[in-house]
Amino acid sequence: MAAEKFETSLKKLEDAVSRLESGELSLDDSIRVFEEGIKHAAICSRKLGEAEKKVELLLKKRDGVLIREDFAGEDDM
Amino acid sequence: MVMTLFSEKKILSVSQLTSLVRSLLEENFEHLWVEGEISNLSTPSSGHLYFTLKDSGAALRCVMFRGSAKALRFRLADGMKIILRGRMTVYDQRGDYQLLVEYMEPQGVGALQLAYQQLKERLAREGLFAEERKRAIPILPRTIGIVTSPTGAAIHDIFKVLERRHAGLHLLIAPAKVQGEGAGAEVAAAIRDLSGYPQVDVIIVARGGGSMEDLWAFNEEVVARAIYDSTVPVISAIGHEVDFTIADFVADLRAPTPSAAAEMVAASKAQLLADCASLQRRLQQAMDQRLSAARVELHYRASALKSPELVIARMQQRVDDLSQRCAATIERTIGELRRQESDIRSRLRLSSPEQRIESDLERLATLKLRCQIAVKSSLERCGGTVAHLAATLDALSPLNVLARGYAVAELLPGGTVVKNLCQLQPGDCLRLRLSDGEAVCSVESLSPGRVDGLDSHSPRG
Repeated sequence: MAAEKFETSLKKLEDAVSRLESGELSLDDSIRVFEEGIKHAAICSRKLGEAEKKVELLLKKRDGVLIREDFAGEDDM
Repeated sequence: MVMTLFSEKKILSVSQLTSLVRSLLEENFEHLWVEGEISNLSTPSSGHLYFTLKDSGAALRCVMFRGSAKALRFRLADGMKIILRGRMTVYDQRGDYQLLVEYMEPQGVGALQLAYQQLKERLAREGLFAEERKRAIPILPRTIGIVTSPTGAAIHDIFKVLERRHAGLHLLIAPAKVQGEGAGAEVAAAIRDLSGYPQVDVIIVARGGGSMEDLWAFNEEVVARAIYDSTVPVISAIGHEVDFTIADFVADLRAPTPSAAAEMVAASKAQLLADCASLQRRLQQAMDQRLSAARVELHYRASALKSPELVIARMQQRVDDLSQRCAATIERTIGELRRQESDIRSRLRLSSPEQRIESDLERLATLKLRCQIAVKSSLERCGGTVAHLAATLDALSPLNVLARGYAVAELLPGGTVVKNLCQLQPGDCLRLRLSDGEAVCSVESLSPGRVDGLDSHSPRG
């Protein structure tokens, strides 16, 4: 589930920040953790950007099949 | 008609009589309101309800057919006090008269209220409201499913909030009738359609405010079950803040209003954007800090590597410093020893015998001098005495006596001084010592007697 992946990435980003901020890492480890953090920051940003404004209606046809249709009910949305 | 029957003594069959009685009852007791307590309740599978309505003095058999019973929103139970509406009839086969119930409601509370309470209690017992089964709302849902009326106030409110918040969110609306006959079933179906639909990570069940009657669909068991069965978390956003529906209790999260639900999801996204930006900034800062620390360390170490001369010079300086301090210390020590030596020397000198010898010599000289003086004076004194004694002696000298005419006779040989006559024999040779020489003589005769002549010859006065 992508939402979970976002939360995982956010958690990993937080971990990377707090580990790096602790100042207890060697330079090598710092760079590794930093790269890890940057990677997860990118994932988070991408996932946040992915969610685009869109409103649809979920309609059920006679045969029970569900279809989506753009929602035009509120023009101001 | 009744009168006629009695007067003509007409014989009736049981059926006829019963039919007559029923007609009488049905015509005269058509719209009744009765209150009482339920007992002997029976609910067979046919769906009809049978019970006895009683009070302290009487009992009345009642039946409620399935059609009317289905409309009941609460459940009957023995002992329940109710008010019901119906008409009297007769159950021909048994000859029982009974009340045919068309509608009933609990005494005291409203029917809806009671139904609500009953369902709430039942579902709570079943565990549908259990806190431990409430799921966390995903922090970044890909698509938000919304069950509501597409023309209602709720969706309008939600749109308004999301527009104000500039929240780019993907909404998928499953339209449902939210009020009136069949609303509960539609809402439940919409929830089921959205649950498990691709990308839908959370469902909001929304409806604007209204009376308890208006919100009734959300108190229906079918809705509660649909929410409970949903594979994704459900947020309930029904009515106003004060309205609590069964759906609110089952939902994973209750938003007080549809607007509040929209605020929750929008705020969550805005917060996430801010959080991510802040985390990224902190990550960068921490790395910059780490790098500059490493640079400082590198610089420090590199500079130490580059100039061993400096290290050597620094060490040389240290050596110089140490040797200077060493020399100074030695000098100081020697000086100290010298001082001690001279001190000892002077103390030795002070206690040396030389001094004493000198002083003793001085003393000796003094004594010597004094001695000399003493001897000298003593000698002088003795000289005087000697002179005196010499004079005395001189005076006493036999020479002087000789000079006065006396002689010394010495018997020869030998020279013994003759003092007595008995020493002499006639014929002995004598040497006479005179003042101016000697004369040797011989003794002629001896005449004893005292010679006083001399004394008579001595001046007597």
